[in-house]
Amino acid sequence: MGKTFLKPNSLSDNHTHYCPGCKEAAHGRAPAMATGIKRVRPDLNVFTYQGDGDLASIGMSEIIHSANRGEKFTTIFVNNAVYGMTGGQMAPTTMPNQKTTTSPFGRDVKDVGMPIKMANLLAALQTPGYIERTTVLKPKYIVKAKKAIKKAFIYQMEKKCFSFVEVVSTCPTNWGMTPQDSIKWAEDTLLPYYELGVFKDTPKMEEKNAK
Amino acid sequence: MAKVLMKGNEAIGEAAIRAGCLNYFAYPITPQSEVAEYLAKRMPEVGGMFLQGESEVAVGYMLFGASACGERVFTTSSSPGISLMSEAISYIAAAQCPVVFVNIMRGGPGLGGILPSQADYSQSVKGGGHGDYKLLVMAPASVQEAVEMVTEAFVLAEKYRNPVMILGDGLIGQMMEPVEFPEKVAAKPSDKSEWATTGMDTRKSDKRNLVKTLFLDPEELNRHNLMLKEKYKKMEAEEVRYSTYNTDGDYKAVIASYGTMSRVCKTAIDMLKKEGIEVCMIRPQTLFPFPEVAIRKAVEKKSCKLAISIEMNMGQMVEDIQRSVSGIVPVKWYGKCGGEIPTPEETAEAVKKYLNNEE
Repeated sequence: MGKTFLKPNSLSDNHTHYCPGCKEAAHGRAPAMATGIKRVRPDLNVFTYQGDGDLASIGMSEIIHSANRGEKFTTIFVNNAVYGMTGGQMAPTTMPNQKTTTSPFGRDVKDVGMPIKMANLLAALQTPGYIERTTVLKPKYIVKAKKAIKKAFIYQMEKKCFSFVEVVSTCPTNWGMTPQDSIKWAEDTLLPYYELGVFKDTPKMEEKNAK
Repeated sequence: MAKVLMKGNEAIGEAAIRAGCLNYFAYPITPQSEVAEYLAKRMPEVGGMFLQGESEVAVGYMLFGASACGERVFTTSSSPGISLMSEAISYIAAAQCPVVFVNIMRGGPGLGGILPSQADYSQSVKGGGHGDYKLLVMAPASVQEAVEMVTEAFVLAEKYRNPVMILGDGLIGQMMEPVEFPEKVAAKPSDKSEWATTGMDTRKSDKRNLVKTLFLDPEELNRHNLMLKEKYKKMEAEEVRYSTYNTDGDYKAVIASYGTMSRVCKTAIDMLKKEGIEVCMIRPQTLFPFPEVAIRKAVEKKSCKLAISIEMNMGQMVEDIQRSVSGIVPVKWYGKCGGEIPTPEETAEAVKKYLNNEE
């Protein structure tokens, strides 16, 4: 029987638990570190892989300024509405009334505001070139997410723009749900708030205008 | 090269370029902003790169990223800015990246003031950031020495794969002095192919380089710390630098002082000499590693009754001197911390009072 699925060459057999690439920045600082790399070695392909506590809370300043400078790297932002690695605390993306370990009675938006929509927020900036929100809840979405990520890397390789792909995801462990229930909850609760789609695609627009 | 009259901050920027460092990230802060202003014009002339980061926090990681690629990189800042960079400094030390930092110190704590100070001795020498790490810390006493130290800092940083801190008080950055740039520029960048993440294509090697600071396996983390400790011990054995003043005679006290303050001390020592009072000085040029042995030997002279730490802070070096003299003589302190530099007269008076047991 032939193999139908192969691991990409870029992945090694090493055990990794969180840093799949080559460098580790502190919580939230990955875009600054990626800036440092890209500024001295523009030829390297650089991406940051960040969660919602990382990017939307402690690293808010770094992501906004990197995006606004149009740093030509790619950010993959995994939004699952909760802090995962530290064990399920409230994130800036936690939904109204969603229970977490630090919002045991549910997120009170009167007290801490509404969840932050990062893709929308970054799209308000003029400089960043490509911003899309995707999800991996079902195969039909995964195909789209894959396309978006590929496009982001192509733009980087063509030295075009800063790219940001938000990936709405689940966290069954910290949500205290089965994987199936998580998917349902995410579709019912997250997707109506975090609307999927392309928020900005400047290279595509420019290509259109050129024609 | 002929001597030129230059402001310390600008000379530091120029020295870095001549040391072969063409990458500079910084954030404005008084009293060091002139470095960024100078390099914003100068870097493009030499094909270099300057980026003004959005904060010192971000700048710290820009340095980390650039250095992890094996490129020479440096920054300049002042006290509160260095506090913000301290998180990254800890990571950079842990990941063994050869970044050069210049701290043109101002008064603290808090916002403090913008006048010269040496109040970041402990922050630089003892830590600042979290975890067990050491910076190689150099303290220039003139613009000329700042230039020479910047040149050497890049070599030392690469030799040890360790961050180096140039600790200058505000005066070093702000004053103009004649300066001669070293004819010989710093050595060529060292071979970093064994560790730097330069990209698999350009490295033409099958080995993946990983720059990391996370060691969840306790044995591995312990080993990492032991390895760093060995490195710091090697620095202590090989990189101590200091100068001496008036050590020939039968002096009654040893002054330990660095940076601008040590120049005031020299004048004070000359003044005391005229009054028949002999005092010598050990001037640490490296604060880590500390000239422990030199200070101990100096106080072992029979005529010596005490050691005095004279600094523009509240006595942060005193413990290091106590450690060095191990009880042979008492250790006193004199200094000021508001941004005012003690005059030679005030300094001489303070030394006399200690010698006369009046304080």
